[in-house]
Amino acid sequence: MATATKKKMVQWDATDIKAELLSKYPPKVARKRAKQIMINEALQNDTPALTANVRTIPGIMTMRGCTYAGCKGVIMGPTRDIVNLVHGPIGCSFYAWLTRRNQTDAGPDGENYMNYCFSTDMQEQDIIFGGEKKLAQAIQEAYDLFHPKSIAVFATCPVGLIGDDIHTVTKNMKEKFGDCNVFAFSCEGYKGVSQSAGHHIANNQVFRHLVGQNDEVKPGKYKINLLGEYNIGGDGFEIDRILKKCGITCISTFSGNSTYDQFVSSHTADLNAVMCHRSINYVADMMETKYGIPWVKVNFIGAKATAKSLRKIAGYFGEQELIDKVEQVIAEEMPAVEAALLNILPRTEEKTVMMFVGGSRAHHYKELFDELGMKTISAGYEFGHQDDYEGRQVLPNIKLDADSRNIEELEVEADEGRYRPRKSDQELQALDQAGYKFKQYDGLAMDMDKGTLIIDDLNQYEAEKLVEIMKPDLFCAGVKEKYSIQKLGVPMKQLHSYDSGGPYAGFVGAVNFYEEIDRLVNSKVWSHMKAPWQKNPQLSGSFNWE
Amino acid sequence: MRKVAIYGKGGIGKSTTTQNLVAGLVELGRKIMVVGCDPKADSTRLLLGGLAQKSVLDTLREEGEDVELDDIRKRGYGNTWCVESGGPEPGVGCAGRGIITSINMLESLGAYEESEGLDYAFYDVLGDVVCGGFAMPIRDGKAEEIYIVVSGEMMAMYAANNISKGIVKFAASGSVRLGGLICNSRAVDNEAEMIEKFAAKLGTKMIYFVPRNNDVQRAEINRKTVLEWNPEVPQADVYRGLAKAIDGNKDLVIPTPMEIEVLEELLMEYGLMEAV
Repeated sequence: MATATKKKMVQWDATDIKAELLSKYPPKVARKRAKQIMINEALQNDTPALTANVRTIPGIMTMRGCTYAGCKGVIMGPTRDIVNLVHGPIGCSFYAWLTRRNQTDAGPDGENYMNYCFSTDMQEQDIIFGGEKKLAQAIQEAYDLFHPKSIAVFATCPVGLIGDDIHTVTKNMKEKFGDCNVFAFSCEGYKGVSQSAGHHIANNQVFRHLVGQNDEVKPGKYKINLLGEYNIGGDGFEIDRILKKCGITCISTFSGNSTYDQFVSSHTADLNAVMCHRSINYVADMMETKYGIPWVKVNFIGAKATAKSLRKIAGYFGEQELIDKVEQVIAEEMPAVEAALLNILPRTEEKTVMMFVGGSRAHHYKELFDELGMKTISAGYEFGHQDDYEGRQVLPNIKLDADSRNIEELEVEADEGRYRPRKSDQELQALDQAGYKFKQYDGLAMDMDKGTLIIDDLNQYEAEKLVEIMKPDLFCAGVKEKYSIQKLGVPMKQLHSYDSGGPYAGFVGAVNFYEEIDRLVNSKVWSHMKAPWQKNPQLSGSFNWE
Repeated sequence: MRKVAIYGKGGIGKSTTTQNLVAGLVELGRKIMVVGCDPKADSTRLLLGGLAQKSVLDTLREEGEDVELDDIRKRGYGNTWCVESGGPEPGVGCAGRGIITSINMLESLGAYEESEGLDYAFYDVLGDVVCGGFAMPIRDGKAEEIYIVVSGEMMAMYAANNISKGIVKFAASGSVRLGGLICNSRAVDNEAEMIEKFAAKLGTKMIYFVPRNNDVQRAEINRKTVLEWNPEVPQADVYRGLAKAIDGNKDLVIPTPMEIEVLEELLMEYGLMEAV
């Protein structure tokens, strides 16, 4: 087998690799990048600080996206019955259209605008004379055509430059319609250092314009919101299936396969379960302050993680009926997972993987690779903050820089009529004594092995260099990295859009993932990277003077 | 063809000076096109006798792509061609981008072609160089000769110094040069001496001193240049003189703008001196 001849990283230790990655850079760049490359100590308190959420150095081919992508693409894109109207040139809209593979089922009402691409198609004359009138016209057109419950407007870069007042336009249109919630996001692509700024802007406006609009209490027991789950490749469908089986009512998902009605009722839930900490923790915090809904971190990526998260939710409600039901579901679901593993594990064990994705995803997927017995030798985020690496306990020490200050921070107070603590002080105390932790996230570093490399905002050069030195059996990132990595002879799995696969969440998803990874890391195709005549020339000869 | 741009602080009298100067050049038999680069579209009012001119950008917006040269230029006093770039109403859109678009439009329609037989193209540009769009006339050789209208007032000189910085930036990569300062007098103490000294420090000269005279105002009320309104008044001769000075000017330089402290020293020296 070709992989047997592969040289492993025996002669390299993490310090050498870090030095090698930095050796190509000019001194000032090397100094900056050095702070974003950490050799993990795997100790909660001794882990050296990692710099994250800072500007990418110009000239570096970053993996990051823009603020508009984070707001329109990630947070609002998966919502099916809000018309997402992009105010800007057509390219911004077209290239953000259906690219994230967030799935939806149109529901009984059939309202689904996800497969439409709405844009004001700004032209040069709109830049010169201002685009406000055209925007109002576009909102009117969308309203007349579809009569949606809500229209959301997204600002692209030129809108910020010429100063179109999108918030006044949307406010006027909302008043004019009376039955359509029109609001806007100032999510110009140039704001912030990565798409992370767009998540924050989206959280703010969702909280301001949607959450809390409908006080009507929905039927059901054990009501939760699932925050930071985007239904990529159908992940949300699988999680919904499991929650339903357990008898847990999901009032809203932010924002996979979500609807307007879910958002506006979300404040009636009793627990916020946070999946993607980076993209959604803002709204979780704000809902706690205003409505008294506590939040816990969960993870439905990985069968064991799914079981653990279900137990965590059951533990919060504390009712035996639910606890028993959850145990019963886990017992029903796990045999299929274990059977799949029994078959696949011998072929994946001890294989190595690198993951550079998201602001929480790299951490979530480590669970699945652990289950496959694979070693995560290096990992990092594109747009994570320091707390995503080192846990929320570092939050008080994070110094706000000018780029973060630029993003609005909402002042939230307890709602006079609607603030309702979900647990009494006694109950909270009992939960605490039983080791139950709210608002806790320990970050990626804790779960990484000692001596592994954690790298923030990895770039094209470093990615290729890392693969060359460490020769992993699998590399995971996004579509921009996919083909350059494959050309190096290493299989590559997209963990943003899942290539064409999924779901990978929950129990069914875990089995899908095991099978996919087995197929990738054991494929023979990578041994054919060199043509036969390059390895074994049919003719051989020598120079006659030798 | 000489391509000339007139810059200067807002309200200093750029449009008035430009149009009176153009009238003077017309008397010398020159063929001229005036391009107003101000969203207010009022740079050719005196030449056109107050006739409202449809701006390039308005035409472009209403006619779409199908624009002819004659849709956007109009004959004014002495057979001058008058063009207004136009732009958005205050507070919306991007006027700078508008100027870029309209100058490109004029070029592609052939307004500057040899066959038009022009001796001069004048750009009358709004206020200070506020952004890339307003620097358009001095970029890419659109204008090669800059004259700055200035007075002895502090802020006017400050603006002139800033505009010079803009010229230096583009002179390095292009053909743009400073032709001189036109002093449009505000009757400040020792004004001519001070502007001469200021010009010398900028590496150029005061090309003409235009004294303050109410006839300019009277002509404007009549929507005419001074030369058209009353060619006999002394102020008409002033503009004839300015026209001759510019027509004969060959001293084109890369300016040497100064630090704000040096500029202030100059003001102290002349502004506090006894009036001569």
